[in-house]
Amino acid sequence: MNILPRRRSRDEASGAWYPRWYWPGFALPGTLWLLVLFVLPFYVVISIAFGTVDPVFQSPLPVYEPWWWTKRYLAQEWHFATGEFRPVELRTIVYVILATAICLVFAYAVAYYVARFGGKRKGLFLALLIAPFFISYLMRMLSWVELLQPNGYVNSVLTFLHITPHPINWLAGVPFTVVMGLVYGYIPYMILPLYGFLDRIDQSHLEAGRDLGANRFWTFLRVTLPLSKPGILASLVIVTLPMFGDYYTNNLLSGSPKTTMFGNLLDNSMEATGQGPEAAILVLFLVVFLMIPMLYYMRETAKAQRNQ
Amino acid sequence: MSKTVSERPPVDRRREGPAPLARSRSTKTPLGWWRNPWRRPRILATITWGYIAWSLLPVLIAIGISFNAGRSNSVWQGFSTQWWWGHPQSNPSGALFVSPELHAALLQSLRLSFLTMFIAVPIGVAFAIGISRWRGPAPAGANFLMLFSFVIPEIIIGISMFLFFTYLLKFVHLGTGAQLLALVTYQVSYPVIIVRARMLSIGREYEEAATDLGASPTQAIRRVLLPLLYPAILVSFVLVFADTIDDFITVRYLSGGSSTEPLSVKIYNYSRGTLTPAINAAATFLLFSTLVIALLGVFLYRRITRGQRAEAQEMTGYLT
Repeated sequence: MNILPRRRSRDEASGAWYPRWYWPGFALPGTLWLLVLFVLPFYVVISIAFGTVDPVFQSPLPVYEPWWWTKRYLAQEWHFATGEFRPVELRTIVYVILATAICLVFAYAVAYYVARFGGKRKGLFLALLIAPFFISYLMRMLSWVELLQPNGYVNSVLTFLHITPHPINWLAGVPFTVVMGLVYGYIPYMILPLYGFLDRIDQSHLEAGRDLGANRFWTFLRVTLPLSKPGILASLVIVTLPMFGDYYTNNLLSGSPKTTMFGNLLDNSMEATGQGPEAAILVLFLVVFLMIPMLYYMRETAKAQRNQ
Repeated sequence: MSKTVSERPPVDRRREGPAPLARSRSTKTPLGWWRNPWRRPRILATITWGYIAWSLLPVLIAIGISFNAGRSNSVWQGFSTQWWWGHPQSNPSGALFVSPELHAALLQSLRLSFLTMFIAVPIGVAFAIGISRWRGPAPAGANFLMLFSFVIPEIIIGISMFLFFTYLLKFVHLGTGAQLLALVTYQVSYPVIIVRARMLSIGREYEEAATDLGASPTQAIRRVLLPLLYPAILVSFVLVFADTIDDFITVRYLSGGSSTEPLSVKIYNYSRGTLTPAINAAATFLLFSTLVIALLGVFLYRRITRGQRAEAQEMTGYLT
């Protein structure tokens, strides 16, 4: 009465016997799903980027055979990317760097305070810091759209305090509003990973630094900061990746061509018809541009999965 | 070397003690306060509380506006529930539960979130179990794919899905089906990452003990591993739901028509045009349904982990 299946592989660690396809079977649905609905769509994007265009409707005609691929439209779009779109790209990079820098300063301060001085209130602090995760991004932006209206509360406070004589139209393409919106939108995603790293730092390291004669400032600079470097890098990547594809913050808080970012180019190419393969090519550019931070993030996540 | 040490004046550590003794005369001057090594971190505390107020107050105001008596979205004009289920004078059929458009969108939001949750989490959990036990080079490739779908900006998934359904998989019409397929693709990596973290902290010992005691592989998973994974699975359900019901980036491109647009997309469209407090009510509804699911998750989490080594921080640990 042999109930064990014939083909089986021996698991090195446990010594238990498993049918050979036992574990791969678990991973199969997910793997297939991703192959069909993640890899294949991306192949379509590439086929459109290297494909041609319908002469009448100007809609893209994907070419699925790599040997028939043409670089004509790609070159044309590259020409735009290095010419007409250059100001947009530079603006995107400036906005993202500014917003990320502001995020980092405040996120680090908050995470450091909660990790080191949270004490009994740590649970409360964490609940308050996690709350934005459960509030929709749209709602958080919507609340600022309402606060920043010409007759909104921000303007009434400013005019009441006589800081400005007239209400400011914050939503008419003010770069400050867009950068603030980006900071507001993404800073929660930075605080939690930073907190995770800072909370794991052994307090005795800091005490050792102080015992050896360093003051607060040097202890922070030579002990805490180096120990939290992986956390800083990870949180920078977490925040900048979506920022480069962000169009909604900009659309909601400004909507003006004066503050257009790269995400807006992508979104506009989707909303307008007859633009040929533009959307696909822009997606391709963005993926190539973000490849290094994405690979870094993936490597870090995979590392965390191996040894925690 | 010993000279430099002996040159230091002897320090009486007891007198520098933290609480009352540290409050010597010098700490009252600003410079003395700055130099006092045991001073409370007032600047950091101010930044932290300021940040918390800045991050949550606007949302509380927006929730308040949903109960506005007037039609303004920026100024409080008295309390009423007309934008939820009433007939406001300025827009009689504009309230959240009255407007046929918003009502349909609300149902679409709930439908998409629940379906995504019940498809993505089982696939993700099975994938996580398979990938951490399966040996060889193949699982590394599958894991790479999964992580890639995790880190890629969402707009890229949205656009590539739109092009995919428009040019290759034409039999999937834009609408609920396309939205669901895209949402599951984007969300499936969350349970994988959460469950794998939990599996690492569990280790393999319990499963090995079960197989040593005569359990078959399937029994070991069903009766030993899965119960240990329940907390992580629960957190995955909550997070996937919260993320899906708020999602508008992927879904917007795949709606196909205004009849399949969920509430989040409506909020986005209205935010750029004419705003009424009904939009605030819609956003508040999304927040409320997320809270209900989260509280349900916390309640079940408590029940499940009653016998286990349960840590309150473990749930938050998944997010960091």
